[in-house]
Amino acid sequence: MATNEEILPDLASIVEEVAGVDAAEVTAEKSFVDDLDIDSLSMVEIAVQAEDKFGVKIPDDELAKLTTVQDAVNYISNHS
Amino acid sequence: MSSTGQGVVVTGMGATTPLGGDVATTWDGLLAGRGAASKIEEDWVDTFELPVKIASQLAVEPTEVIKRVEARRLDRSEQTAIIAAREAWQHADLGDYPNAEDGSPKVDALRLAVIVGTGIGGALTLLGQDDILEQQGLRKVAVLTIPMLMPNGPAAHVGLEFGAAAGVHAPVSACASGAEAIAWGWRMLMANEVDVVVAGGTEACIHPITLAGFSQARTMALRNDEPERASRPFDTGRNGFVLGEGAGIVVLEREEFAQARGATVHGRLAGIGTSADAYHITAPDPEGTGQSRAIAAALRTAGLEPSDVGHVNCHATATSVGDVAETVAVKKSIGDHPVLTAPKGSLGHLLGAAGAVEAISTILSVREGLIPPTANLEELDPDVTLDVVAGEARKQSLDAAISDSFGFGGHNVCLAITPA
Repeated sequence: MATNEEILPDLASIVEEVAGVDAAEVTAEKSFVDDLDIDSLSMVEIAVQAEDKFGVKIPDDELAKLTTVQDAVNYISNHS
Repeated sequence: MSSTGQGVVVTGMGATTPLGGDVATTWDGLLAGRGAASKIEEDWVDTFELPVKIASQLAVEPTEVIKRVEARRLDRSEQTAIIAAREAWQHADLGDYPNAEDGSPKVDALRLAVIVGTGIGGALTLLGQDDILEQQGLRKVAVLTIPMLMPNGPAAHVGLEFGAAAGVHAPVSACASGAEAIAWGWRMLMANEVDVVVAGGTEACIHPITLAGFSQARTMALRNDEPERASRPFDTGRNGFVLGEGAGIVVLEREEFAQARGATVHGRLAGIGTSADAYHITAPDPEGTGQSRAIAAALRTAGLEPSDVGHVNCHATATSVGDVAETVAVKKSIGDHPVLTAPKGSLGHLLGAAGAVEAISTILSVREGLIPPTANLEELDPDVTLDVVAGEARKQSLDAAISDSFGFGGHNVCLAITPA
């Protein structure tokens, strides 16, 4: 099981790749929508890449609950 | 040629073409009669043993101009449309817009429409993602596949860019699409539905399947050893067109609106004419009947007499039948006096973008009193009995000019341009 410290940098680089947000901006407390200005299609792209990277499944109803970066890190940590 | 404030004026122009990344460099290339085609440096040319190994490729890669993240969300035909649209908007000095840092635009979003046509649409995305599906499986298919391949994608993205709320349209009429978008804009403005229309065309489909398909139809130039000399409209040595890519966008305004905001006017879209050949799916009517009806309609809607027209910016793609048929149509509808040029000698054939880029060339000819030469015209086809500019650009004051665009399917669109 990957630790939060291991997940965050990789997740941040996926967010940077997909949405162009500087990886350094992708910190735990940030909201994907309100702080990082990521739209729903980009969230789907991030989820697909995260699934491949971390070997998890993120169903649509779970994806909808991932409001902050920390939420995503926790989900990945608990399901990988 | 009214100046009652009731017409349609051109206040902005933008382009990215095989000759240059903007209008100024494209116009310089046209005036110099420079052929833009080059060898295609891709393995697939040999893999598929394509008879055509050349194309008119963009002078400036879109990814050099737009942000990486933006680029990965846009098909190449959408990237080119956005680049040309931004240049046109800035040229028109319409102010900031929703994607800009601050301020508000100088046109009400509810009075702003966008019309961007394409002949083929997001073919590179469609074909590329199909390869990914077959080779790598479903999970690797891009989330944005559909908005990147849909032919209204370029119009939709340009509409979103400027926040155009009065309408976003995407005419698809093969190689007449770009001109049809401009014609559609004229109709919306003349009907006083909107104040400003951002209109034009885009295309980016240089791919083995398009080259193979056009080659199989025996429509393509095969002078692979001399790419810059391959596109030869009106020349006895012509043997087809060179596939190109690019975009052209104009900002059109109701004259009254442009006057009120003190906009710089570069020319007038005095009238438009459209028709259909009702003859054959790909071949032009050799008698030019449908084409001459479109030209005549453009003159009629512009209130022009044939004697007013000093210049025709031809569609002439450098096919044996098409070029001559167009001159027949010009003679029928206007007469023997217009001076012709064929920009595809320089640009190659930009398909859905051609009509818009060539409309810009026509607007500049009228504004500058300068007609670019037809690149690679060395020996005029004896069946062409009109004056075609070759060699170097010709100075000539113009009261009116016509820009012709025709497309597979028998679509004919002609635009009548007059001075500001």
